[in-house]
Amino acid sequence: MGDDRLTIAGTTFDSRLIMGTGGAPSLDVLERALVASGTQLTTVAMRRIDPTVHGSVLSVLDGLGIRVLPNTAGCFTAGEAVLTARLAREALGTDWVKLEVVADERTLLPDPVELLDAAETLVDDGFTVLPYTNDDPVLARRLEEAGCAAIMPLGSPIGSGLGIRNPHNFQLIVEQARVPVILDAGAGTASDAALAMELGCAAVMLASAVTRAQEPVLMAEAMRHAVEAGRLAHRAGRIPRRHFAHASSPAEGRAALDPERPAF
Amino acid sequence: MSRSTSDVLVIGGGIIGLVTAWRAAQRGLRTAVADPEPGGGAARVAAGMLAAVTELHYGEETLLGLNVASAERYPAFVAELEEATGLDVGFRTSGTLAVALDADDRAHLRELHALQRRCGLASEWLTGRECRRLEPMLAPCVRGGLRVDGDHQVDPRRLSAALVLACERAGVVFHRARADRLSVVRGRAAGAVLADGAEPAADQVVLAAGSMSGRLDGVPDGALPPVRPVKGQVLRLAVPGAYAPFLSRSVRAVVRGSHVYLVPRENGELVVGATSEEMGWDTTVTAGGVYELLRDAHELVPGITELPLTETRAGLRPGSPDNAPLLGPSALPGLHLATGHYRNGVLLTPVTGDVMAAVLTTGELPEVARAFTPARFAPVGVS
Repeated sequence: MGDDRLTIAGTTFDSRLIMGTGGAPSLDVLERALVASGTQLTTVAMRRIDPTVHGSVLSVLDGLGIRVLPNTAGCFTAGEAVLTARLAREALGTDWVKLEVVADERTLLPDPVELLDAAETLVDDGFTVLPYTNDDPVLARRLEEAGCAAIMPLGSPIGSGLGIRNPHNFQLIVEQARVPVILDAGAGTASDAALAMELGCAAVMLASAVTRAQEPVLMAEAMRHAVEAGRLAHRAGRIPRRHFAHASSPAEGRAALDPERPAF
Repeated sequence: MSRSTSDVLVIGGGIIGLVTAWRAAQRGLRTAVADPEPGGGAARVAAGMLAAVTELHYGEETLLGLNVASAERYPAFVAELEEATGLDVGFRTSGTLAVALDADDRAHLRELHALQRRCGLASEWLTGRECRRLEPMLAPCVRGGLRVDGDHQVDPRRLSAALVLACERAGVVFHRARADRLSVVRGRAAGAVLADGAEPAADQVVLAAGSMSGRLDGVPDGALPPVRPVKGQVLRLAVPGAYAPFLSRSVRAVVRGSHVYLVPRENGELVVGATSEEMGWDTTVTAGGVYELLRDAHELVPGITELPLTETRAGLRPGSPDNAPLLGPSALPGLHLATGHYRNGVLLTPVTGDVMAAVLTTGELPEVARAFTPARFAPVGVS
């Protein structure tokens, strides 16, 4: 199999599944789902928790030895996002941030202008920036040029479970990127995660698909397998699509049936 | 330094501590409660929905059993409490309507309906038009809803006041000071050290301090309940006479993933809640919290913007890892727990009182509460 680990900004991970905690029905279910997912990196919304308090989500992550990736969910301007990232750095002692700047509450789609602005500011300030972005190859390139450590395009809107709506754009983004491309948002079930990996994504990030499933722990395990299977399939190389059948067993040497006496 | 001795000392005089003390005193136990402000706590903020059916969540079927058992006890519990005190606790059997505002919410509510039916609960599906005929103030965009006539409401503030009076009349002694430390004598809970220097002693101690239960000094690590504060901001509006009844039952919805509810009281109060935030012991009311509640409530019932906003407040739910309470004996002999009720403290008040009285007199958890033993969180030696 060889060494096939995920590397982001010089840090390596055995798991290519990044989890979010939003929507979990209870801390207990969240903990078991995180264990089942095998994740080593999990994102937490900094505007919804107080990082100095024990017994909450951060304690669960700490107990499991999972690295925390603070995010700026809920920010609508570059200014808010930069402030939130700086508060997170101070509170958690990490300069990694999953940068989210959304345009409106109905779609939660990224605001590309504010996003690029915030990304440039945070990179200048020494942050390792992982931006949640539209599936736009041009914006992805601009974010990479600005110094982002990964590109996290959406498959479809946050929490929608609609999967990857534009796989072709994902291919374009993956082909040009020299930093990891990570599916962020939209995965609804295991096949969505597998498809992202088959398209060449370096990792999959998801929350709702697991936390809002009827059985979150089972779905977390499904996602772990899906990411692993998709990654292996990508490395193995799929066969070309053909219009007509191509027999998988050779025809030579088969017993010839007597045409006068059918066997059945 | 004063010493007094009782059979039972209850640490925490919120509704859970009070109902425990009342029931214990009724069983003939000499009972004391330590709390700087009996009748305070999260119930000062809570809306008082008794929503065993509409608050059903996947994976919480065990908790459902306890919630339903408590809901069934409510009418007799209220009758007994009102008889004992002469106070009205605002118990109202007007039911609940859970509605969907768009196609996505509707699909989510359909799933909840299917789960309710699998669990054998009474719940009726209504079209949007039928919902609005029941509650004409609902927004025209309502796409459908669940009518649950069995999910009632009570006024938690009046319930707390009645429980304080019932305790006093049953002979419960109140120590009006915060418990700073649990006293442990020869490996057994023996009372508490209070902020005013008093050291009430007791044969059995019940820790019922809500979200503060997880941080009482003196409790050994293995007995300390895994309870954390989960902040909820709640608004109170007033319905002027000319607008009455405005809403005639509790109305709730999921608006873009956040839960919002409106609980109308007979006295004209309209409670709008609640946020859910992991912010430690912070009880600040924020602009964003008020905005989000009003925004979502306005989407659900546009007419609320005409009503006076009379109060904004934040409280702390005692959250446990599995959202269910911790009831009964802890790992420390003599120390019992009645905490971790999270979203369901008001609903679970009657059954908690009965269960804790049984624990204090027999030492055993009754069948209905066996699944809620604190022992379910005991470390199993695996990291």
